[in-house]
Amino acid sequence: MKRMKKIFITALMTTALVGLAAQDADQILETVDKNMSSKNRIFESDMVIQGRRNSRTITSVSYSVGDKQSFTEYISPAREQGTKMLKLEDKLWIYSPSTDRIIQISGHMLRQSVMGSDLSYEDMMDDRKMTEVYSATVAGHEEIDGRDTYVLDLTAKVDDVAYHSQKIWVDTERYVPLKQEMFAKSGQLLKRTTLSNVQKIQGRWFPMNMVYKDMLKDGKGTEFRVNSAKFDQDIPDYIFTKAALKQ
Amino acid sequence: MLSLKLAIKNLLGAGLRTWLNVIALSFAFVLIIFYNGMIDGWNRQSKRDTIDWESGKGQFWHPEYDRYDPYTIEDSHAPLSREILEEIEKKNLAPVLVSQATAYPQGRSIGVTIFGIDPKQTILKLPTATLPASNGTDYAIIGKSMAESANLSVGDNLLIRWRDKNGTFDAREIQIASIFKCDVPIVDKGKIYIAIETLQEMLGMENEATLLVTGEGFEFRELNGWVFKDNDFLLADMEKIIQSKKVSGSILQALLLIIALIAIFDTQVLSIFRRQKEIGTYIALGLTRAQVVGIFTVEGAAHSLLAILLGSAYGIPLFLWLNRTGIAMGYAEDMEFDLPLAEVIYPYYSIRLIIITVIIVIITATIVSYMPARKISKMKPTEALKGKLQ
Repeated sequence: MKRMKKIFITALMTTALVGLAAQDADQILETVDKNMSSKNRIFESDMVIQGRRNSRTITSVSYSVGDKQSFTEYISPAREQGTKMLKLEDKLWIYSPSTDRIIQISGHMLRQSVMGSDLSYEDMMDDRKMTEVYSATVAGHEEIDGRDTYVLDLTAKVDDVAYHSQKIWVDTERYVPLKQEMFAKSGQLLKRTTLSNVQKIQGRWFPMNMVYKDMLKDGKGTEFRVNSAKFDQDIPDYIFTKAALKQ
Repeated sequence: MLSLKLAIKNLLGAGLRTWLNVIALSFAFVLIIFYNGMIDGWNRQSKRDTIDWESGKGQFWHPEYDRYDPYTIEDSHAPLSREILEEIEKKNLAPVLVSQATAYPQGRSIGVTIFGIDPKQTILKLPTATLPASNGTDYAIIGKSMAESANLSVGDNLLIRWRDKNGTFDAREIQIASIFKCDVPIVDKGKIYIAIETLQEMLGMENEATLLVTGEGFEFRELNGWVFKDNDFLLADMEKIIQSKKVSGSILQALLLIIALIAIFDTQVLSIFRRQKEIGTYIALGLTRAQVVGIFTVEGAAHSLLAILLGSAYGIPLFLWLNRTGIAMGYAEDMEFDLPLAEVIYPYYSIRLIIITVIIVIITATIVSYMPARKISKMKPTEALKGKLQ
């Protein structure tokens, strides 16, 4: 009888601890989402694409509202200047000034890399809040660049998610991911993102440097440097129209 | 009859001048038949190859499917009914499931289309029987062009990444079981063929397909939930493109024909100028002007008859030889144009083609012979008899 009682208490405590850990992990993820997501945002950024022999930097300004609308205009280099990209829901259009034409990106092309980077058009179209799609558990603690992090294992709780599971390293103090690994259903590591240069902008911590690496492809990855970030601004609606692409 | 006899006599009497014209016209005649015969042969072979490798005796498509619109692939799949499964068992239908994916050969990424196909199918020439059963390893077959562009050999592993029915990424390695050689680029370029059951499992679409290829034994009837596309539809674009090659080739043929016709025209003008006394004599003998115009027109047009005879003399053996050996085109390694192109094309000379070409050559030669001969009708017989310039 005494033994049964002991087993019962241990089981109860384990369940409570697992529940607490899951709750903690979900709370961590929620705080991360608060930092990383916003009603809308305007970024001016440099994308550094590492080639085999050299690298090139593409500067752009992008306007986003939630995860459904996004408009990007490339400013430099001269070759890319004036190229614009519009994402509405699950559709993507690109305007190229050299041809003065708008083309819709579809099928195979969605899987191609954006301007030779490690990011595909598909990747750029998928940016839902993590709490909406993943349930998290704390797998432990690790130190990254001298900062203590929670290691969270994320597993999809909805069907329509790009990555079945993820592993993220979240700064225990600033609640910003410092590293992120995305896995296929088979467990194959697909992508790794390293985030750094965390700054406080409008009361939230935000990583200004991100390095994306397609783990299935050779290469050094693509660096994404945010030069300026503004959150919750007044962005006119016409920006997110196809007419704005030709303006 | 008299004018024809006279015409032939005069032509043969003109010697080298006549034969130069006849040789030039015979070249045009033979080339027109050769080129069009080659295009017709190409068209016939392409159709046959496309039917053997891709379209079968027609296909049933999922209503959403459009092979030219990649957007439709994601939603184009439906379960196979008992009726369809029975036809598959009898090898009258071959189900195909289509999905887009990314392949990573040697650390590069390339967009590919994965076709899940029944390894037991015999409707298409695809060597699906060489697909081993999945034994922890999944196998694929690819075409020679795809193998070369991705630098893959038999036994190599290829990492592929795809999205399942819910849009979730998945990735796994597949092993190349065999590499086939095929003249139909659309079957080869950027395509990977795996067992349909494997693809169904990968996508989470058990017992589903995107299209059904029909075979000889299929008794045609409507299949509920599927739209039939016959070969007139499936091969229409290819045929149009090949026929457009005929049009572009006709420019060269027309130029060659024009050169030959100019030579006849020139000969006619010269004849009428130099043979004014002869023309005057004909009229003095009681021939009407129209009859004299007729003699000269027939004389010019007879060039075409001689050209056809000469062309036949060397053209028929040439065509028979080409028909037996074919025309080597080389393997379209890069398959730059998406048209089927066999390594050897066997020209096809139809009776229709030969008759049309003969008619074209005779009519055009007659027209260019008649044009300068019209001048005769304006000649004064007395002046002509004196051989005076008019």
